[in-house]
Amino acid sequence: MERLTAGRVPIVWRTATVTAIVDETAHARTLQLDVPEWPGHLGGQHVDVRLTAEDGYQAQRSYSIASAPEAAQLALTVERIDDGEVSPYLFDELLVGDPLELRGPIGGPFTWRAEQDGPLLLLGGGSGLVPLMAMLRHRAAIGSDVDAHLLVSSRGWDDVLYREELAQLALGAGLEISYTLTRERPDGWTGFTRRVDAEMLATVAPDVDAQPRIYVCGPTPFVEQVADALVGLGYPPGTIHAERFGPTG
Amino acid sequence: MSPISRGFHGRRREVDPDRVPPGQYVVEDFPVLSAGPTPHTALDSWSFAVGGAAEAGAVWSWEQFNALPQETFTVDIHCVTKWSKLGTTWTGVSVDTILEHVDSAAEFITAWSDGGYTTNLALEDVTDGKAWVVHTFEGEPLEPEHGGPARLLVPHLYFWKSAKWVRGLTLTVDDEPGFWEAAGYHNHGDPFKEQRYWSD
Repeated sequence: MERLTAGRVPIVWRTATVTAIVDETAHARTLQLDVPEWPGHLGGQHVDVRLTAEDGYQAQRSYSIASAPEAAQLALTVERIDDGEVSPYLFDELLVGDPLELRGPIGGPFTWRAEQDGPLLLLGGGSGLVPLMAMLRHRAAIGSDVDAHLLVSSRGWDDVLYREELAQLALGAGLEISYTLTRERPDGWTGFTRRVDAEMLATVAPDVDAQPRIYVCGPTPFVEQVADALVGLGYPPGTIHAERFGPTG
Repeated sequence: MSPISRGFHGRRREVDPDRVPPGQYVVEDFPVLSAGPTPHTALDSWSFAVGGAAEAGAVWSWEQFNALPQETFTVDIHCVTKWSKLGTTWTGVSVDTILEHVDSAAEFITAWSDGGYTTNLALEDVTDGKAWVVHTFEGEPLEPEHGGPARLLVPHLYFWKSAKWVRGLTLTVDDEPGFWEAAGYHNHGDPFKEQRYWSD
């Protein structure tokens, strides 16, 4: 084990300070955090957050990191799960200046560094966009023009995270962004209007021959459907990185 | 010492601390976690192999595997992503039964799966009625997203050790870190000791 653990920073609990809270949508907000001695992370990784009640009771959950490795502060985007235990607290109680205990970074293959090159195919369902955003922010932060394709699946336009920032990023070279809205569309909508399927993927994705690195993140049914369709289109399973999550609070 | 989260009370459930490890919460549903696409292996091309650092080995077809002695049992399972599911009932073949078919002095195994997943276990963690290769969950064939047609089940360790889509056990002389173990997760993964990550 020495060989594998040498040089790694232990994954220990750190007390971060909330420096800003940004509302992203009606159900998601971003916590900006100052983390003492943060060891750094890769786009796609997550942290564990731990809350402690006065009597010592604790609850832990995992949240994806939204910020680029290059960012000065760590950002977590949290979706409010109404019957959850931790996310409602992060929404309703947590204030700027509060301490927040966390540890990380955690996660292995669901990461991308610009030197791994591309093309990049990112497929996000709902808040599954968060770890993909960390990759795109990393790409932008270091001035990479690696060919990148992002497909965002969302219920409605108002549920799409980071809309304005994505529009800005899309002005740069090499990034194509597509949206599909599965429930509600604004007037004049010209994007996709259905759940992600093979035909849609064939439209937005680089050819199999281009050997894209593929990252799929979202709720389990989204990931199952998208990953199955990608395999059906001939993308090698080993190039499809998946992160599934359910509403676990 | 953890800082107090002002205003946090939690949504506590009355849980038995002997059954719910620290940092875990109980779920009623069955979340899915895996790192790639779900393999869909046809039963007529499925086989299960045991071998590696051993005198002999064995390979079973689906039919032959189902003809081995079967056990039905109820256990609690604990995922490193914090959820625990209590009282889950499974049917499958004990790893003890599988290992009767090999003669080896090796003290470790690597379980390997369709899709390239591996996980490493000490022999003492999978013998004496502590581990099974299961194909049935709550009386129904195990669904692919939960590891069907068959998965390893090692309920006393975090659930990533219970390799989905398992196709074989390889005996190894040395302890060889598997997929998550090499990616920063704990080598042993005892939930009651909260061995989540390598430095725990």
